Amino acid sequence: MKKYSKDFLRQLYRTMLRIRVCEESLVDPILNGDVRCPVHLCSGEEAVAAGICASLNETDYIFGNHRSHGHFLAKGGRIDVLVAEIYGKETGCSRGRGGSMHLIDPENGMMGAAPIVAGTISLAVGAALASHIRREKRVSVSFFGDGATNEGVLFECMNLASLKKLPIIFVCENNFYATHMPVAECRPECDIADIAKPFNIPNVRVDGNNVLKVFETAKEAVAACRDGSGPFFIEAITYRLRGHVGPDDNIQGTHTDIRPQEEIDMWKKKDPIINFERYLLDNDVLSESEVSEIKREIDQEVREAHVFADNSSYPEESELNAYVFK
Amino acid sequence: MSLNNRKLQYSLAANEAFHQMMGEDESVFLIGQGVKSPWYVGNTARGLLERFGPDRVIDTPVSENAVTGAAVGAAMSGMRSVVVHPRMDFMMYALDPIINQAANWYYMNGGKLSVPIVFWGIINRGGEQAAQHSQALHTILGHIPGLKVVMPSTPYDAKGLMISAIKDDNPVVYIDDRWLHSTEGVVPEEIYEVPIGKGAIRREGNDVTLVAVSFIMRHALEAAAELAQENIEVEVIDLRTIKPLDKDLVLESVKKTGRLAVADSGWKTYGLAAEISAFVFEEAFDSLKAPFVRVTLPDLPAPASSALEKLYYPTTKDIVRAIRGMVNK
Ligand SMILES: Cc1ncc(C[n+]2csc(CCOP(=O)(O)OP(=O)(O)O)c2C)c(N)n1
Ligand SMILES: [Mg+2]
Repeated sequence: MKKYSKDFLRQLYRTMLRIRVCEESLVDPILNGDVRCPVHLCSGEEAVAAGICASLNETDYIFGNHRSHGHFLAKGGRIDVLVAEIYGKETGCSRGRGGSMHLIDPENGMMGAAPIVAGTISLAVGAALASHIRREKRVSVSFFGDGATNEGVLFECMNLASLKKLPIIFVCENNFYATHMPVAECRPECDIADIAKPFNIPNVRVDGNNVLKVFETAKEAVAACRDGSGPFFIEAITYRLRGHVGPDDNIQGTHTDIRPQEEIDMWKKKDPIINFERYLLDNDVLSESEVSEIKREIDQEVREAHVFADNSSYPEESELNAYVFK
Repeated sequence: MSLNNRKLQYSLAANEAFHQMMGEDESVFLIGQGVKSPWYVGNTARGLLERFGPDRVIDTPVSENAVTGAAVGAAMSGMRSVVVHPRMDFMMYALDPIINQAANWYYMNGGKLSVPIVFWGIINRGGEQAAQHSQALHTILGHIPGLKVVMPSTPYDAKGLMISAIKDDNPVVYIDDRWLHSTEGVVPEEIYEVPIGKGAIRREGNDVTLVAVSFIMRHALEAAAELAQENIEVEVIDLRTIKPLDKDLVLESVKKTGRLAVADSGWKTYGLAAEISAFVFEEAFDSLKAPFVRVTLPDLPAPASSALEKLYYPTTKDIVRAIRGMVNK
């Protein structure tokens, strides 16, 4: 406890809470059809994004997947441009061309997100390669899910990265499901961290709902990468509290989440934010009134983000052809 | 016969083809993401797992390259594989086994081993899904020697072409469009084939030949009906197969009408419409009274925002406007 400054701990809390409040603010707009693009909420998984990104510098790179609102925000992205993107507005981070699955913020090192499963892992390796060639000590992080560990490209990437000692951290967010498939139906062996072993990549399995544990692991990984002894593999065990796509359902528009209610209830008790909040209160890092104040601020920020998105215009029809080439 | 007037949804027509083919031929099996749940493939796979079991109805991890390659290898080894990609976009990981391996195998091995496989890809556009979840990539596959490519637009053809594709001894790419899945039409209950490589005239006319395929057939027929009010009689050809092309059907029509319009839900450059126009130009140049027109997607990735999406996808109006322009010249 002592080794962290109060500011740092509050910041971690704020980062997670910003993600959660933003995610939850999208539920109604999705249900009533104001948000039309497919949205993969990351409620419940905030500690992974927050813990990993807290170990990075602004100049370090991250790449995301289809479920990347949290990655975008944790790396320093603004809520208003995120929400505007989800609404398809010109003021969105991808100017309304990408929607929820294509978030980008290069100034903060968020190099993009894309829903082709495992599709951005090699790109993250490439950013690490660029850093390596230029001897910059910039670290690159690839965020992907348990589902992505079934794509061959991940294994090619681990091999290449290890062979060239690239400063990349592979972060697998294991939430036990890939759409309708439980991880046990996808892999004969569910200890995902072990897949890095044959490539001589140090690997750690961490409680992905414990933000400090994630942070400590990430710190170790970042140090190794800056030191020239990357890559590093982190498996963060976590759970999404919402559906695969949309708020509650595994299939948008129907009530067919295949996950057992007891399992969901069990994970609700492991809510990374509620537990961290209690921990901060118990250890006098935050007082009740400070917590309320933080919540009030974030609620307001999120509300304003929706107003911003609402007031923004859609892309101009005359700009349909824009951005195909630079 | 009342049985033969039965109406069925497009997706259930394909489903019936699977039930019947898997029922009659034990070498037929279905593999791919989502076949055990309505998650990706809607009701196209309904009841198959229950009836044929997990050895022949195989849901898979997200491993398109390996799964597709395995389906190819199984087809080389005595099975008739159907491998589904619930979005064509995901199929890109599988282009090596499709293009390098399956398409070439028979030829490059001197006809010693053929690959009876169906690569089934679903086009899944719109809904602000953006560039990686909306692509209609049929012409990439149509470009490849050794692949046949079918694109049914009606429930009748969805069933008949799936049966033909499964029975074919060669790799056949079967492409449907999610927007077609709920359309209803007459589907006979028995097993029947729609020949691969044969188009169909869906409406007769003397002024313009309009060639289309798959979902955009709907717009083509609407456009023809609208133009008929202006006394422009459009002959609408549903290609049904984009490789090999039913050139005779198109040429015969163009020789009658002297005008060619092509509507395709793929991109313009190097696309299906370009290919149709090219062979008509080569083989019916003398009958042409006007330059051909192409109604396609613009050469752009799919945008997310519906403000742009509504401009992006070609509509009935676009076809009407294009044809009006060519007739009034
Ligand atoms: C190449 C490819 N295949 C299939 C899909 C469909 N798909 C979208 S998300 C997903 C599951 C991903 O699971 P996981 O990686 O565990 O991430 P999670 O959704 O659990 O965060 C799948 C299969 C896709 N987007 N891309
Ligand atoms: Mg998962």
